[in-house]
Amino acid sequence: MTETTMSSAKPSILRGFDLKTAGPAIALLILCVIGFLLNPAFLSEGNITNLLTRSAFIGIIAVGATFVITAGGIDLSVGSMAAVIAGVMIIVMNSAVDTFGTGVTTVLIGCGCSIILGLGAGLVNGLLTTKGKIEAFIVTLGTMGIYRSLVTYFADGGTLSLNYDIRGVYRPVYYDSFFGLPIPVWVFIIVSIAGWFLMNRTAFGRYCTAIGSNESVAKYSAIKVDRVKTLTYVIQGVCVSLATIIYVPRLGSASSTTGVLWELEAIAAVIIGGTVLKGGYGRIGGTILGALILTTIGNILNFTDMISNYLNGTMQGLIIIVAVWLQRGDWGRSKSAD
Amino acid sequence: MPDGQAISAPILSADGISKSFGSVPVLFSVSMNIRAGEVHALIGENGAGKSTLMKILSGFLQPTSGHIRVDGTTKELPGNGQSEGLGIVLIHQELNLAEQMTVEENVFLGRELLSRGILDRTTMRAMVKGYLNDIGLDISPEDRISDLSIAQKQMVEIVKAMSRNARVLIMDEPTAVLTEAETELFFAQVRRLKARGTAIVFVSHKLAEVSAISDQVTILRDGQWIGTHAAKDVTPDTMAQMMVGRELSDFYPPMNEVDVDADHVLEVRDLVAPGVHNVSFDLRRGEILGFSGLIGAGRTAVFEAICGLTPRAHGLINFDGAPAQFGSVAEARDAGVVYLTKDRKEKGLLLGQKMRPNLSLFALPKFVKGLSVDHRAEDAALTRAIRRFDIRARDPSVKVGDLSGGNQQKLLLAKVMECDPRVLIIDEPTRGIDVGTKQQIYHFIAAIAAEGVSVIVVSSEMPEIIGLCHRVVVMREGEITGVVTGDHINETEIVRYAAGLKRERQQ
Repeated sequence: MTETTMSSAKPSILRGFDLKTAGPAIALLILCVIGFLLNPAFLSEGNITNLLTRSAFIGIIAVGATFVITAGGIDLSVGSMAAVIAGVMIIVMNSAVDTFGTGVTTVLIGCGCSIILGLGAGLVNGLLTTKGKIEAFIVTLGTMGIYRSLVTYFADGGTLSLNYDIRGVYRPVYYDSFFGLPIPVWVFIIVSIAGWFLMNRTAFGRYCTAIGSNESVAKYSAIKVDRVKTLTYVIQGVCVSLATIIYVPRLGSASSTTGVLWELEAIAAVIIGGTVLKGGYGRIGGTILGALILTTIGNILNFTDMISNYLNGTMQGLIIIVAVWLQRGDWGRSKSAD
Repeated sequence: MPDGQAISAPILSADGISKSFGSVPVLFSVSMNIRAGEVHALIGENGAGKSTLMKILSGFLQPTSGHIRVDGTTKELPGNGQSEGLGIVLIHQELNLAEQMTVEENVFLGRELLSRGILDRTTMRAMVKGYLNDIGLDISPEDRISDLSIAQKQMVEIVKAMSRNARVLIMDEPTAVLTEAETELFFAQVRRLKARGTAIVFVSHKLAEVSAISDQVTILRDGQWIGTHAAKDVTPDTMAQMMVGRELSDFYPPMNEVDVDADHVLEVRDLVAPGVHNVSFDLRRGEILGFSGLIGAGRTAVFEAICGLTPRAHGLINFDGAPAQFGSVAEARDAGVVYLTKDRKEKGLLLGQKMRPNLSLFALPKFVKGLSVDHRAEDAALTRAIRRFDIRARDPSVKVGDLSGGNQQKLLLAKVMECDPRVLIIDEPTRGIDVGTKQQIYHFIAAIAAEGVSVIVVSSEMPEIIGLCHRVVVMREGEITGVVTGDHINETEIVRYAAGLKRERQQ
C-alpha cells in the first residue's frame, strides 16, 4: 500500500519541479525549432549572433532586475534611466572633445560618467524605498517620469547625437567581435556569470532571498535589510549603465524614445525565467533565458510573413502569460485532485 | 473501542484509519467514535497525527485504509470542505475569515440569501443577530472581522458553523491563542453547543483545559491510538504520560547552582525605549534569568531594545564590563548577544525554504569562505544541529513550514546557537508546542547554561519560569516591579509583582 502511494506521488512532484526549472529552456528550444522550420536561415551564424547581441541590453538590465525583484522590490525606472544616462553620456563626450580630443580618453570619460550615473540613480531609488519608506513601485514610477522628462529636456525635444569622430572610435564596442562573439554578448556573459555567482553563491544573494521571503525574519536574523535592499537597486543601476555603454555606439544618439518599455521587457524576462514577482525566489539563469525568449519572438516574426511584425507585443504578452501559468506548478495537480 | 457509557450511537466514527504520505506512515489503524452532545478531546505530541486525523474526519484528506462512518453507514467524505453538507465542520487553527468583510458577510459567504436576485441583507442580518444572541457574543453583524479580537473571530467561526447546522464541530487548538478570560468565555459557548446536541472534537496542548471541558479523551502517540478514556477518569498527569509514553518526573532539568561570584556578563541600567521605563538588571555567567509578567508588560520590548531591533532613548548597557550600544542585530550577534523571537512563523523562520538556509541565515558570515557561502559547512552544521537538537524531519529537503511547531522551535534554537552566543535571550521558548518537546527544550536550555552561556527566558507560562530559572525578574507596564530568587520563586509571589500588588524599590 505504502509503496504504491509512493510511486504514484513521487513522479508527479518531480514532473512539476522539472517543468518549473527547465520550462524556460524548453520554451526557448521550441521557439528555435519553430524559427528553423519557418526559415532555416534562422539558425544561421549571422542571425544567432544578431539575436544574442539584441538580447544583451534587456538581458543585462534583467540580471539587475532579478536582484531587485528577488528582494521583494521592483524598479520601473530602468528604461528611462537608460535613456537619461545615454543622453548625459553623449553630452559629456561631445563637450569633452574640446579638451581631450576624439580619442579613447573621451569614450572612457563617457563610460565612467555612465557608471557613476547608474550608481547614483540606483542609490536614489534604493534610499527612497528603504530610508524614505516609500513603496518601490511609487518611487520608481516617480523616477521613471523624472528621467524620461530629463532626457527630453536635454535633447530639447529632439535627438542628441554623438560627435561623428567619437562615433568612429566608440563604434567597435557594439559592432566588433572578440573570439567570434560580439562584444555586447561578452558583456552579457560576464554580467550573467557575475550575477549568477552573486545570487547563488554569496551571502548577499542569500540575504536577498531571505528579505524577499519575509522581511521580519531577515531583520531578526541580523540582516541589514535596508542596506541589502539599497544595494539591489545600486546593482540594477550599474547593470543599466553597462547596458547603456554598449547601446550608445549602436545608434550614436539618444532621444525621448530611447529605452521606452525596457523596464517591462526586463521585468518580463525575469518573470518568464521563473523568479517570483513578490520576491523570495530568484533565478539568474532563468532571467537570461527569459531575455533570449523575448528577443527570439521578435526575431522569428521578422523571418516570417505569416504574422505581422506589428504583433510582436502580442506574441510577447502571450508568452509571458503562458509562462507564468505553467510556472504556477499546480495546474496539473488541480485537475487530478477533482 | 471507548470504554463504558455509550449513551448514544456515534454520529461520526473513524474505523481503523491508516494514512501514509508517500512512504511515510503517519496514522496506524486509529479508531474514534464521536457522539452527539459530547466534547471529545484529541491529544498527543506534535507530529502524533492529530491534525491528519482531524483532516480525515472532515474529508480534507482521504485515509489510505480504514473507513469513516457517518450515522453508522460507511461513507467516503467529500473533500475540500464539502463535508459541511453532512454537518461536519472543521475550524482551522488559522481562522478562515475574510478580514475586510463584516461578520454577517462572512457567516453567509458563499451561500448568501437572495431575494429577487438581490442580496437579502435584512434577513441575513436578523439571522446572524439571532445566532450571536444564542451564543452570547456581544458584537454586531455589521462589525468588520479585522476589528475583532482573536477570541471573537473564533466565535464568528463557530457561528458560521452553527448557521450551517453543524452536527460535528472539529477544532484545531482553539484555545492556543486565547487568554484565560477568553478561554472561559469560549468554554461557555462550547457547553451551550453541547447542550444543543452538537458533537465537538478539539485538539489542545493545555491538559488542564482538556480535563475541565471534555467528556472523552483520545490519546495519540506517533500515529498510534493509545487510548480513549472518560475525561473524569484521567488526570492531566496521566494524560501527559500517555502522550509521551514515559514518566515525566524529570520534566524540568535539575538546576545547577550559579556561582554567586560569577561575573556579570550583562548589566543594564535605566533603559528607556518604546514601552520600557527605566529598566535595570544584571545577568551572571551561566545563569538562567526569567522574565515574567502579564502580556504587554514590556518584556519583549526590553530585549528588542537591547539587541538593536528598536531604538533606545536612554540607558547604559555593559557587556563583559565594557559599555556596549548595539546599533543593529548584527552588532549584538557579533558581540555574542542573540535574541530568539517568540513569533517563529512571522519573525523566526523562512517557512517557504528548506532547513539549511534557515539554519545558517543568522550566522551566515561564519559560513562564508572567500567570497561564497560554503555549502559543505552548512550541510555539516545541519547534520550537527539535527543531532544536537533532535530535529525530526521527514527528510532534510522538507520545507520548514511543513515541520511541526516543536521541530520549528528546535530549528530556531539551533539557528541562533550557530553563532555561539554568550547571552541567549529566548522569548516564549515553548509557545504552542507539545509536552514532550517542551521537556526537551528545557533540557537544551539547562545544558546551554551549564556550558557557561547566560540565558534569559521570557515566558508567560508560570510553571516553566519557576521550574527553569535561577532568578526571576517580574515586569509590569514597562517597569521592573520585583526580582525573586531561589526559594522565593513561586507563583503567588510572581503574580503579586506582576499584578502590581507588591513592588520593590530598585537600587
